[in-house]
Amino acid sequence: MTEAIQIDHLSYTYPDATHPALADVSLDIAQGEWVAIIGHNGSGKSTLAKNINGLLAPTSGQVTVAGLPLTEENIWDIRAKVGIVFQNPDNQFVGATVADDVAFGLENRGMPRDEMIVRVDDALEQVNMSAFSSREPARLSGGQKQRVAIAGIIAQRPDIIILDEATSMLDPAGRLEVLQLIQALRERQSLTVLSITHDIDEAASADRVIILNDGAIKESGTPAEIFARGPELIELGLDVPFAERLKHALISRGVNMPAHYLDEEGLVNYLWTLHSTM
Amino acid sequence: MDITFDHVSFTYQAGTPFAGEGLRDVSTTISDHSYTAIIGHTGSGKSTLLQHLNALLKPTSGSVTIGDRVITAETNNKNLKPLRQKVGMVFQFAENQLFEQTVAKDIAFGPKNFGASDDEAAALAKQMVTLVGLPEEVLTQSPFDLSGGQMRRVAIAGVLAMQPQVLVLDEPTAGLDPAGRRDMMTMFERLHETQGLTIVLVTHQMDDVADFADHVLVMDQGALIKEGSPREIFADPDWLRAHQLGLPKATAMAEQLMAKGFRFDPLPLTSDELADQLLPQIGGAHHE
Amino acid sequence: MNKLILGRYIPGDSWIHQLDPRTKLLASFYYIGIIFLANDWKSYLVMTLATFFMIWLSKVKLGFFLRGVRPMLWLILFTVLLQVFFTTGGKVYWQWGWLAITQFGLSNGAFIFMRFVLIIFISTLLTLTTQPLSLADAVESLLRPLRVLHVPVTELALVLQIALRFVPTLMDQTTKIMNAQRARGVDFGSGNLFQQMKAVVPLLIPLFVDSFSIAEDLATAMDARGYQGGDGRSKFRVLKYHRRDGAAAAGMIVLTVLLLLLRA
Repeated sequence: MTEAIQIDHLSYTYPDATHPALADVSLDIAQGEWVAIIGHNGSGKSTLAKNINGLLAPTSGQVTVAGLPLTEENIWDIRAKVGIVFQNPDNQFVGATVADDVAFGLENRGMPRDEMIVRVDDALEQVNMSAFSSREPARLSGGQKQRVAIAGIIAQRPDIIILDEATSMLDPAGRLEVLQLIQALRERQSLTVLSITHDIDEAASADRVIILNDGAIKESGTPAEIFARGPELIELGLDVPFAERLKHALISRGVNMPAHYLDEEGLVNYLWTLHSTM
Repeated sequence: MDITFDHVSFTYQAGTPFAGEGLRDVSTTISDHSYTAIIGHTGSGKSTLLQHLNALLKPTSGSVTIGDRVITAETNNKNLKPLRQKVGMVFQFAENQLFEQTVAKDIAFGPKNFGASDDEAAALAKQMVTLVGLPEEVLTQSPFDLSGGQMRRVAIAGVLAMQPQVLVLDEPTAGLDPAGRRDMMTMFERLHETQGLTIVLVTHQMDDVADFADHVLVMDQGALIKEGSPREIFADPDWLRAHQLGLPKATAMAEQLMAKGFRFDPLPLTSDELADQLLPQIGGAHHE
Repeated sequence: MNKLILGRYIPGDSWIHQLDPRTKLLASFYYIGIIFLANDWKSYLVMTLATFFMIWLSKVKLGFFLRGVRPMLWLILFTVLLQVFFTTGGKVYWQWGWLAITQFGLSNGAFIFMRFVLIIFISTLLTLTTQPLSLADAVESLLRPLRVLHVPVTELALVLQIALRFVPTLMDQTTKIMNAQRARGVDFGSGNLFQQMKAVVPLLIPLFVDSFSIAEDLATAMDARGYQGGDGRSKFRVLKYHRRDGAAAAGMIVLTVLLLLLRA
């Protein structure tokens, strides 16, 4: 099995809504791939996430997760394989303390306590929150709470982590904290990541970026392919990496710049060649 | 209307075992018609400082002068209304303050508390809803039927309807998408330019500081550790890093370029400034 | 934030702090039971000494306990006065019509006063040294036998745990909304009763809306993490009795014996 998630002609319309939130979305995500979904608010991003682990049931179409078709019978098996980190750090913290919260998902599966203790300790270690295990959520920063949420997911040893705008309510420090953690986790183990985000840095870390617009896939490609569209992204209500913005500022001043996307390092090097050949 | 802090200190729950320091000896002036940004990492005292701007908190020692009112520890809680009317506050996630059955009523709530008649308040509601870029149809709708971004605009309209002279914004774009963020910041800029509103902005977005503010206050552990124009504040990247603060993206990029032998004077704050200064260093416009 | 009674827990690692919450809960009830055995100055002296010994063991400042008495002061004084005026017997010190201050009246008044203060001290000791969450665990554990009667003890415990977990969040939200509405010209706590009730509406509605959205988010998160009700769940938090819990029980028995020997 190489596909972690297969979405086949998925449509979803909310009850009472006239317009579908998702219209005929087809998407395959490979095992170990990091896919970022970007799109303005109301583009259907979060609806897509909720259709993947059965929090919402597709109006039509089929979702397959780790080879299991999403059905009534499979739903709990699928939820054990897919962890979601939600937007609001406070409202997904179930446990009274950090360790309790990490254990919540394990308790739900009736795991014996000895094994739970090992898993909780290990998960907290991985998100670097061991020192906080008996802390109450009120005494944690937003970034720390999201790290605990991630610990709660990796304790369940999932195949897939969905970040549903998980960094949007955090300050820049918290955002970086979460992003670096995901990168570090992926270095240590094979983990499929689906991040739904507005954060351009988060999208830039992905292997593939998908633009969702009005419930349909508008574009799909590597971050470089997507970011090279520059001004077009802004029209879609999205952000552009700074390097791309600077490139366009130079182009508008009459400088010849390469058409393909340059990340910051690439741009610095390119400008340096211009500078040194002057 | 100036707001002046004179040696203001504030202690949370003073006199209890849970006392904690909020502000330490802060002295500064937020002058009339300025666009002041307050920066500092989470827990640096920014929010405590904000709540002194309209006497939601009173200094434990020192005094805050807001227009012609002097607020000290002894100030009575009565008669603060005229002052609250002059300093409008948009809190973080301001949509949480909505409660009325219709948008019109919610926007009219503030003005009516400050003595406006029903007709005046209704007229203000109509005017403000347009000012924040919402269609007039929403006036009769329930605020809870709107999208998150629209709700935030209604909340802001509710504060603007009080016709304040100072508009205080606590991370007004938190949680919005990029387009929403851009629209929101442009709207505040317009209010600053056309209505002459004094703006106080608390933010983590250094690009917004560089783009909009003319004065910056840097807070750390309850103290005001630096103030000046954005150019003065961002002129010392090492100092900012030492205080866990970021740089505008253009400034950060300029630093990387400087490591490769480029020179900038002054350090650019925006992509346009950076591009302008780069131009002569990469052989100008007609490079092949 | 810390004005709330539930939040009055004072972190520490004293001997009392480390007791099992069930021990503390049961011992507190037991203590309140046996204090009714005391009926003369010797037995009250023993109880007082025992209470101060426990307070000393907890390493919590006496000031916190005195503050616990303050809100109850009027009720205590009223009860004491009733006792003083309406108990007859012994020497009569003062009389006016049917009101009289007698020797028994005075001593009964003093005993009632002591009983009140000691009970408040002990309950304060319980809440100051035990996290609300641990108390919830203790209640759940002690009520567990009721599961035989199909009382959903585990679900109730989870509800209680989540409620306690969200107290600070909601307190925080309350402060924020109050500030936002004060900034829009609301005066909380001034004016007549009608005006005050009206002022609460702009606070309560946003709080309700917020609580509902928290509840919805939380339900979604719990669902996503595989929560399917109390059946089949295992428990991460377990309570275990230690040697010091045995010592505490022994202490209570010694205290009872002393009381029985000394009481008049």
